[in-house]
Amino acid sequence: MIINNETDYGTPASLSANLVTLEIDGRKVTVPEGTSVMRAAGETGINIPKLCATDSLDPFGSCRMCLVQIEGARGYPASCTTPVAEGMKVCTQNEKLANIRRGIAELYISDHPLDCLTCSANGDCELQDTVGAVGLREVRYGYEGENHLDAAKDGSNPYFSFDPAKCIVCSRCVRACEETQGTYALTIDGRGFDSKVSPSQNQAFMDSECVSCGACVQACPTATLMEKSVIDHGLPEHSVITTCAYCGVGCSFRAEMKGEQVIRMVPDKNGQANHGHSCVKGRFAFGYATHKDRITTPMIRDNISDAWQEVSWEEAIEFAAEKLKQLQAKYGRDSIGGITSSRCTNEETYLVQKLVRAGFGNNNVDTCARVCHSPTGYGLKSTFGESSGTQNFDSVKKSDVILVIGANPTDGHPVFGSMMKRRLREGAKLIVADPRTIDLVKSPHVQADYHLKLRPGTNVALVTALAHVIVTEDLADEKFVSERCDTESFAKWKTFVAKPENSPEAMAEVTGVPADAIRGAARLYATGGNGAIYYGLGVTEHSQGSTTVIGIANLAMATGNIGRDGVGVNPLRGQNNVQGSCDMGSFPHEFVGYRHVSDTKTRALFESAWKVELQSEPGLRIPNMFSAAIDGSFKGLYIQGEDIAQSDPDIQHVHHALRQMECIIVQDLFLNETAKFAHVFLPGSSFLEKNGTFTNAERRISPVRKVMTPLGGKEDWEVTQDLANAVGYPMNYKHPSEIMDEIARLTPQFAGVSYAKIEAMGSIQWPCNDEFPEGTPTMHADHFVRGQGRFMLTEYVPTDEKASRKYPLLLTTGRILSQYNVGAQTRRTDNVAWHEEDRLEIHPHDAEELGINDADWVGIKSRAGETVLRALISERVQPGVVYTTFHFPHSGANVITTDNSDWATNCPEYKVTAVHVAKVSEPSRWQKQYQDFSDKQETLLKDRIVAHEHE
Amino acid sequence: MTRVFISRDATALSLGAEQVVQTLQQQATARNLPLEIVRNGSRGMFWLEPLVEVETATGRVAYGPVQASDITGLLDAGLLEGSGHPLYQGDIEALPYFKNQKRLTFARVGITDPVSFDDYVQHDGYRGLKNALKLSPQEIVKQVTDSGLRGRGGAAFPTGIKWNTVLNAPSEQKYIVCNADEGDSGTFSDRMIMEGDPFVLIEGMTIAGLAVGATRGYIYLRVEYPHAHAALNEAIASAYRNGYLGDNISGSGKAFHLEVRLGAGAYICGEETSLLESLEGKRGLVRFKPPLPAIVGLFGQPTVVNNVISLASVPIILDKGADYYRDYGMGRSRGTLPLQLAGNIKHPGLFEVAFGMTLRELLYDYGGGCANGRPIRAVQVGGPLGAYLPEAQFDTPLDYEAFTGISAVLGHGGIVVHDDTVDMAEMARYAMEFCVEESCGKCTPCRIGSVRGVEVIERIVQGTQRDQNTRLLRDLCDTMTYGSLCAMGGMTPIPVISALNYFPEDFGIKSDVDAA
Repeated sequence: MIINNETDYGTPASLSANLVTLEIDGRKVTVPEGTSVMRAAGETGINIPKLCATDSLDPFGSCRMCLVQIEGARGYPASCTTPVAEGMKVCTQNEKLANIRRGIAELYISDHPLDCLTCSANGDCELQDTVGAVGLREVRYGYEGENHLDAAKDGSNPYFSFDPAKCIVCSRCVRACEETQGTYALTIDGRGFDSKVSPSQNQAFMDSECVSCGACVQACPTATLMEKSVIDHGLPEHSVITTCAYCGVGCSFRAEMKGEQVIRMVPDKNGQANHGHSCVKGRFAFGYATHKDRITTPMIRDNISDAWQEVSWEEAIEFAAEKLKQLQAKYGRDSIGGITSSRCTNEETYLVQKLVRAGFGNNNVDTCARVCHSPTGYGLKSTFGESSGTQNFDSVKKSDVILVIGANPTDGHPVFGSMMKRRLREGAKLIVADPRTIDLVKSPHVQADYHLKLRPGTNVALVTALAHVIVTEDLADEKFVSERCDTESFAKWKTFVAKPENSPEAMAEVTGVPADAIRGAARLYATGGNGAIYYGLGVTEHSQGSTTVIGIANLAMATGNIGRDGVGVNPLRGQNNVQGSCDMGSFPHEFVGYRHVSDTKTRALFESAWKVELQSEPGLRIPNMFSAAIDGSFKGLYIQGEDIAQSDPDIQHVHHALRQMECIIVQDLFLNETAKFAHVFLPGSSFLEKNGTFTNAERRISPVRKVMTPLGGKEDWEVTQDLANAVGYPMNYKHPSEIMDEIARLTPQFAGVSYAKIEAMGSIQWPCNDEFPEGTPTMHADHFVRGQGRFMLTEYVPTDEKASRKYPLLLTTGRILSQYNVGAQTRRTDNVAWHEEDRLEIHPHDAEELGINDADWVGIKSRAGETVLRALISERVQPGVVYTTFHFPHSGANVITTDNSDWATNCPEYKVTAVHVAKVSEPSRWQKQYQDFSDKQETLLKDRIVAHEHE
Repeated sequence: MTRVFISRDATALSLGAEQVVQTLQQQATARNLPLEIVRNGSRGMFWLEPLVEVETATGRVAYGPVQASDITGLLDAGLLEGSGHPLYQGDIEALPYFKNQKRLTFARVGITDPVSFDDYVQHDGYRGLKNALKLSPQEIVKQVTDSGLRGRGGAAFPTGIKWNTVLNAPSEQKYIVCNADEGDSGTFSDRMIMEGDPFVLIEGMTIAGLAVGATRGYIYLRVEYPHAHAALNEAIASAYRNGYLGDNISGSGKAFHLEVRLGAGAYICGEETSLLESLEGKRGLVRFKPPLPAIVGLFGQPTVVNNVISLASVPIILDKGADYYRDYGMGRSRGTLPLQLAGNIKHPGLFEVAFGMTLRELLYDYGGGCANGRPIRAVQVGGPLGAYLPEAQFDTPLDYEAFTGISAVLGHGGIVVHDDTVDMAEMARYAMEFCVEESCGKCTPCRIGSVRGVEVIERIVQGTQRDQNTRLLRDLCDTMTYGSLCAMGGMTPIPVISALNYFPEDFGIKSDVDAA
């Protein structure tokens, strides 16, 4: 590729420790056993022509371009499929080989369009390069013979086109779909000359099982599968490595640019989280960054019924600062606060909490992690001593038993989902605990050994029952426990879980999972080799979310599945920087690095560094802010990159609270739902417009690099800094690297982190300090962070949300592959082609009883509120359970969710709401009211008073 | 009760054997003649099929070819007593065509009831297995190695060496796979033995299982062989019933399970690696080697993949010893080869003989020349990927190395005869077209090369830039020979180049000097 100087070695690297020395074209080369001759040649700088080989895929041996001669071997073996052997002598270039290669090239070109100069891959085509390299000068067959040049193009996918006329049938796309992505949507249909790439059953890409991950496009050596953006704009001219701003996998991408325009996002082969793979969001859904809805001029207004007024940055900042100061003067120091974003960088998040603590002078800072992974922080900190997952993603390659609880990796964390599926295809065992039949339960060549299809809200019962089996059947790793854990807590825990009421048989009634399935799963996890647990919001977003996290940690400790490759406890983080925003001291009770604000020593450290006095009492959590607003004691809020008016539960309550406030400052890309209640709008910058770092679910700090000028003129951290200065707390950072330097100075886990080191290593997994200068892929390797692992009791307390006569069904919520979170980004891309509305999944049995047909409008009513969605009849959900996503604001999924929350952290119980479902003919009252409000706010935006051009 | 033998072999059936059986049964009933019709395998003399053999006090007496309409006359003439009739052939085994064969592998075919376990045992069946059960795996492999048996599917790889590789490959589960996807035109020996003596294949596979430590076997049978399918399934069921398949073979405590899987009509699935793909339920796509199937075969496990005849030759080796078998043949080609005569030949059929007989002897002394009396111009040996041999090469002995020496292949032993009206350019074009039809499409030389091959030959024949296109055809054949992934594309040039070299005039080329 023109802008990609990465060498493609043709076949994957061998991991063997045994070395083999051979001779290629007279050069001695030593490589690991199992390396292909092709790769060995590549590593010594000898390029053997190839077309079907690429180092992300297993060798295939079909193009026959890479034939070589090997002393003593018959014929002309393909170098991609021939492993090296000690003393082997290989010749890669001679007249005979040249003739064979030219002969093959001649055949290829006899069935290929001759439109190189106008082809979208011109300059980025392996066929072009290879045919050039072998010196083909003439196609003696002519071009009149049988060919595929009239094959029809398939443009059905919004992001890439499929032009079979240009296909050389190398099967790289098919193999990428299988090996890299694991979807098996592509195949070769027909045989011989009729062979052609076929999405599913010879369907168009959009009608097929294709999930648009882009692996096929990435693998294609010609223009057959090509990004439409390249077809439209031509090839990029430079590229910048950066980090995806979607989910917590944190994929590394090459932003390929033409000037300041992103032409395409290409997954980075050297990305340590994603190893060159991507999903439909990161790979293609970046168009929101330049969407016409972007607001790029600051706006202010006194009341939310007023039209917006565009103003200069200075005016907006001044307006906001004045309001905040007035509020504090009038209602007290604690009457204002801030919310940091898990979508913004570490540096930006750090700055917002610093502004609140040092500038506002209180601890009223919280983050959206409150509503997703706060129980992870609590649970893992209490048991292991650190609020983070224990592994890197690559660890899954060594897992023998994978236990997935309340997570849907193939939708929520697709790139890691593919990595997991690859391991499962290699034979690892799988246990899925989920009320729904998620894709992992059964997908091509993957099938769960156990699907524990529990009732929503019964995680603790299930996890404790698993522990019961491990303890009572003597499956615990007593040696590990006695060496590494607090044995007193273990003894107590053993007695507790062994109680008959915690047995699978007793819990079967609660969970709805047959006892023998629980027993089988427990035995498998405890005795099946390396056991790894992956969990998501299906664990945390419950009234007992923290308890389940603790229960999971107990399971891992009891079975010795902690502290090495292949095992561990792994929270799959929802947003790109959930881990980072938590790390950065976004919670009201913790400074950076999870140190409590009441700790005098820590506070002294920050007071001296920040040169202010700091509060010793925790501030308000998000739900407390809403209550305080309704009480009238909380009046001002600075919200960076977070849409609480859509994403938080019991949304009518939230809206009511927001209306009570006097100054809401929203910093965002778009006029999101929260901004409709705001008084100041500060244009945000997308991940393409700023520098910084994101920390993914494996604690990996990766660089975010600016590839275009911020549309609003400022990077987000600059805006926070301006606001700090305006409220009277001086900040003067020249670059985010200085913010990271400050974080490193003040935080033990980050002491060794710097931009220079990130630049050199690509990314760093914290802790990174004197003890772990290169970072820490696996935590708790020799000892737990807290010293000894602590077992804690996990008494099952049923949630108040129970199916009743009035509300007979249980609603649980989740997300879908093509959309992201509240959808602010993905709804402004062509991803809507896959998911244009949220629907209510309902089991055919329930639908039949309620007289509901597929696509009917159904009203969903809980004790909190009512909304209307279209039904989707599906056996993914079990009878008695309904499910929806929350990607569209007018769906009102959070009108229904209640104010129930986790006992320890107030993480809302999104995953269980008792509801009543009935066929209806019109939107709910809330929906109509909100539509009116929203329309009015859109009008106030449209009618905004435009800023004077006085600069 | 007189026993009458009428074949259930597909050739006999296609020539009317079923009607003969029905008519004979009806008339015997009507005439109140006590009669038992045994449905045996074919003797392999197709010009005499449907063949009716009658068991008499002095031995079997044969009549053929018999049609249903002949039955009345035959019965009137005293068929059941072995009396004279225009169709009377006497003792079939005394006919030179049969007498001069060396029937080791086909010893029972045409004699026994193919699906009768008792018949099989009475005719020396399962003696090889009995011996094998007394030997260690290494000793069984040694017997096969010492016998000199080479793969009869065409590649002629030493069977013992292959078995030894599988024996030494550590694995919990190994497999024996029988390649019964007999797709070469003009070949039928696999079919004949599966229809005529399926137990010998079952026994051979069981011995193979004991030899390498495989407890499971599959016969990958082409779907076009319904009669073989029926015979195999009957015999397998019988072997299970009699304790010769299952978890405790013949009381030895050793296990071997066997089942038949049907192909789906693709020639390429006769190639061993695509056969394995197909057997695994995938598209029949050729795998690259290494790894060899012997190391990474079916479902990724060490696997013996052998042709039907290779496996069916094993019981006699274990019965009579390696030396007995090795004493037949010449050079490095040991034992016997069941040759199959087809095409324009007077006496088509199966002819099992020790390696070494010349092609001429076979074609004229036993085959009797062309069926229509015209001179033989060319024969294709070894299936559609085999060379066309001109009359000048007919003295070549039937021996792997001798054939290699003239750029030909003995292959699976199929011989298709053409008279002097054959258009060899058309044959060459057909060879390419066959490849177009049957290529799996994985590798480029085969996938695109075969299509271009047809086009180029057509241009040569039309006289379009004949010299340039002839050169191009030779270059293309070079690319296919050296560049193809498997023998399909790699051997397609053999019939093409042989036709071009020995029959240039059919391409409109004046002499072979022009052609070269």
